[in-house]
This record gives sequence, C-alpha cells and structure tokens, in this order.
Amino acid sequence: MHIFVLMKQVPGTSNVKMDEKTGTMIRTEHENVMNPLDENALEEALKIKGSRDDVTVVGVSMGPPPAKKVLEEAVVMGADSGALLSDRGFSGSDTLATARPLARAIEVLRGGRLGADDLILCGERATDGETGQVGPMVSGLLGIPVATYVRSVCVGDGYVDVERVVEAGFERVRLSLPAVLTVVKDINQPGFPTLAGKIAARKVGIPVLTMEDLGLGADDTGLRGSPTRVVRVFRPKFARDTVLYAQDNSGTATDRLLEFLNSRELI
Amino acid sequence: MEYEGVLVIGEQRDNQVHPVTYELLARGRVLADKLGVKLSCVILGDGLEEYAQESIYRGADIVYVLDDPAFGRFLPGVYCDAIVELIEDVRPEAVITAATTSGRTLMPLVAARLMTGLTADCTGLDIDEKERLLLQARPAIGGNVMATIKTPTVRPQMATVRPKSARPLSPDPTRTGEVVLRACRREGASAAFERILEYVPDTTQEVSVQDAEVIVAGGKGVKSKEGFKLVEDLARELGAAVGATRDVVDLGWIGYPHQIGLSGKTVSPKLYIAIGISGTIQHLAGMQTAEMIVAVNKDKDAQIFKVADFGIVGDLFEVVPEIIAKLRRAKAQGALMRGDE
Repeated sequence: MHIFVLMKQVPGTSNVKMDEKTGTMIRTEHENVMNPLDENALEEALKIKGSRDDVTVVGVSMGPPPAKKVLEEAVVMGADSGALLSDRGFSGSDTLATARPLARAIEVLRGGRLGADDLILCGERATDGETGQVGPMVSGLLGIPVATYVRSVCVGDGYVDVERVVEAGFERVRLSLPAVLTVVKDINQPGFPTLAGKIAARKVGIPVLTMEDLGLGADDTGLRGSPTRVVRVFRPKFARDTVLYAQDNSGTATDRLLEFLNSRELI
Repeated sequence: MEYEGVLVIGEQRDNQVHPVTYELLARGRVLADKLGVKLSCVILGDGLEEYAQESIYRGADIVYVLDDPAFGRFLPGVYCDAIVELIEDVRPEAVITAATTSGRTLMPLVAARLMTGLTADCTGLDIDEKERLLLQARPAIGGNVMATIKTPTVRPQMATVRPKSARPLSPDPTRTGEVVLRACRREGASAAFERILEYVPDTTQEVSVQDAEVIVAGGKGVKSKEGFKLVEDLARELGAAVGATRDVVDLGWIGYPHQIGLSGKTVSPKLYIAIGISGTIQHLAGMQTAEMIVAVNKDKDAQIFKVADFGIVGDLFEVVPEIIAKLRRAKAQGALMRGDE
C-alpha cells in the first residue's frame, strides 16, 4: 500500500505579494512552511504506516525548487520518500492546472497506475489560496472516490471508512480503495521529527519531476493550461455612513448606541 | 450547440432543499437577466418534487428534479455523475452552487470531469456584459484583497458561492416556470465505490452563527481568553450568537465554529457588533452584508469603522461593561413597566 501525501508550501505569514500583471501570487524563498493541514495529512499517513507493515509514504509537492524543503521535512517526520514537481511551465497554474500534474505524478511514481489499495491524503485546504479544490480535482482526474473534511480514518481490506465533518454533524462513509481523502485539523496532532527520520533524510534525495517527465504539454498546466484567469485585484470599499462617538466619562456614547439600536428595534 | 443559460445546483441537506438554494437563485436571477437567458435550478434528492414550485417562486425559470433514493444524502461521485450528465444535456454557460461541504466537494469533481474552470468561495458574482462572461469575485491572498476571476474560453464557467453572502428573493407566487422530472441514465456508476454508513447529527452544536439574527464578535483587542468573556457576556445579554476573528480562534480563545471571515463563516445577521476587531478584509468579507454593524475599537482609524453604521472609539473594557449594565437596567425597567417580577 502506497500513501501519497500532497503537500503545499505556503507563506509562513499572511503577508504575500502579488504579481499585478497576472494576478497570481509571487512566492519567495524565505519563511515558507508546509501547509498546516498537510502536516495533519502526513501525520495520518504515518499513523496508518505504523499500524500495518506494508505501507510506503510518499510526499508529493508542486512548486519552485525551494519547495523541496517541505518534502525533506516530510522524510524527517517519517515519510519514505518525496518527489517535487517543478518546472517553469507550472507557474501561474490554477487549481485544475495544479491537479493535473499532481494526478499524473502519482501515476508515474507508481509505475503507470495506482495500486489497488493506495491512498492519497492532503489537507482540506491550504492557508494561502484556501480553495480546497485540488484534492477533489485529483480524485476526479484519477477517477477514484473522494471524501473531504475527514476527521478520522480506518483502513480496511480494499476499503477505507472515514468520518466526514459536515455542517450539522458528521457522516461515516465507506470508500473503495484507491481513494483521495482531504483532512481537517481535528484528525490528529502532528508529531515530532524522529532521529531515524533525520538520518534517513540525509540519505534520501528528493527527485524533481518536470513537465516532460510527466508527459505534460504546455496546454495541460501553467497559465496556458488554466481555464481561469485573475482579471483584477482590488481592495474592496465597504463604505457606510458611520455615526462615530468617542467614549468619555459621560456615558453619552453608550446611551446613543442604545437609542440607536432601540429606534431600529434591534434590541 | 452553444452554451446558454445559468444553472443553480440546489443544496440538499437531510433530504430537504436548504434555504441557501434561494440565495443562489437570487444571484442567478441577476446574472440570467443581465445575459438575457433562462435561469434553471437542479434539485437532487429523494422525493423533493414539492420544492420545485418554491424554486420557481424564488426566481427559477426551469427546475430539473432528479429524484432517486440514491440522492438521499450527498455522495460526491454519485452526485457528480448526475450533474455532469445534466450539464452535458442542458449546456449552461454558468453553473453556481453553495460553498458548503457538499458544494465545495462536488464542484471540483465536476470541473475536473468537464475540464473547466472553477472559482471557490465567491462573495460577488456579476456579468461582464460586453464579453458575456461571469465575473467571480473572491477574497484572495489571506483575505487582504479581492480578486475577480474569469473563465474566458472554457464552458461552463463555474463557481461556488459563500452562503449568506446574498439575500434570497421573497417568494413571488405569480411567477411561472417549467418543472422537468429527470431520470438518471447513468445509473450508479459511482455508487459501487462510496456509501454512507451512518449520519450523526451533532446536537451539541450551539447556536449556529450563520442562522443568528444578532452576532457579537470579538477580535484580538480583547487581549486574552478572559477578555473574550466580555464578548460572550454581551452576547448572552442580547440573546446573540458569539463570533470571533481568525486570530482569536488561532489563539484558542474560542472554537472554529465561531470563526467569521474568509476562512470561517460568512454571516448576514440583522445586527453585528464587532468588539476589538480591526477589520481585515479577511474578516470584513465574512460580515459586510450584515444589515446593521456596530463597532467598538480604541483605534479611531480602524478599518472596521469604515463599514460600521455606529461606532464607539474607546477602550472596550470600559465600553462593553457599560453597555451590558445599561441593557440590564433597561430590561429591568421594561419588566417593571410591564408589571412582571
């Protein structure tokens, strides 16, 4: 059983710059971290690996060369290997143009096709784009089932049972394997690096896969392969006519507030 | 055949049409009118035909009812098969659905199958009338800015839309439309691969912020978990739900279900009281459609005051207890006048 963990390198702070021309994000090398929910996905993969003796955990990330860091981190945490999808042609990819190389890479890394009991895990969304679309899109492209917002996983023989958090409760769902699961924060507490992992990380190289390696053309990914375009980026104006009072010792401000709310029958 | 028309995928929950569907129809109506095309709506479920008429009253011209026991609860593959089949038949130029746990799962699957574009979590939709394109606006880059996104060449153009980011139209019983009962041809191709074992409603969940008429929300200005109690006290006094910014949730002062903003919930209450909230775009995106906004903040230049109808510039640790005291007094007086206790 192979478990592929899709991991995204995201800015450590919410202070991200943007390319005014293309409207896409400019990523810089420093202060980037593994998307927090992908850490949970990795932890879950390692937990499954710990409970069986046939599991290989592979981290997969798409990004510029420095994104290798998150894959090395994954190996330090206990993943068996990692692969970085990196190519200038990937830049400007929207969610579909990101899902395509990821889906293809999983097949390529598995020698052409997924194993009968393979799993693909990732965070429910990334902290930068927050679309949550890439995981389900990968499942759609691979033609395998998906469960989103997963908070617990139990692998059976040829299937997986999950608990999926929905608006007013949770569902227990059974999916046949192979399958894609996107996880929420509650699923586990990410662990700590192990000594064995640190030693392994020194030996394991992270291979880089390009568009050519994946058999992808210019229309499959990157800006050209993206059906969507960011056409405008703006700071919204939310102006209202504001009545403003300064708080002082007189109690006037709060009196006026209560009158204001009373007159509109809000209290 | 050209792609034409706007399709709303209705939200079904516990085998009932969820009211967010009518928010989508209100949005879809505007888009369809600008394009001069029909607005259709699809309802998937087990015996939900009764909702078709209501959807017409709420703005739909055509309602497709996909009625099958297999649609009783949302299953990604099963729903995807049915929706892809419908889209291939009907060929709408734009497809929208709610950005809920089901909509946010279904639409990426459909987009991958149709190889088309999808924009998540839109808070604004419009039509570029010259190009006849759907303009999809969503908060981006950690919610610091808004981005407008188009799908210029591929069809259909697809978006998930934040619940409570628009108001439904009042039902108009004079509206007429067509109800089409559809059988699904591709029977259960995905059904063999996924199955709901059990659904467990969570009855312990508190007042959902999304359903509340009044929300009192706190930001980092409350300084501590202790400080946040003031927000909760004011909420209790007003019978309101408690909301919070992302910072406050990240700091663990209250749980994620209370988070309002881009990465939490979008709300549209009658009254929103923001306590110690500076007003990042990420937060404003989640509450700007509130009917009335009140803000308390010590910084007179805080962004929150720009969206507020009523603001008090001052120390929240003075202002909020004063409001609570005055509300109690008013309540006591009211009770006295009514001759209660």
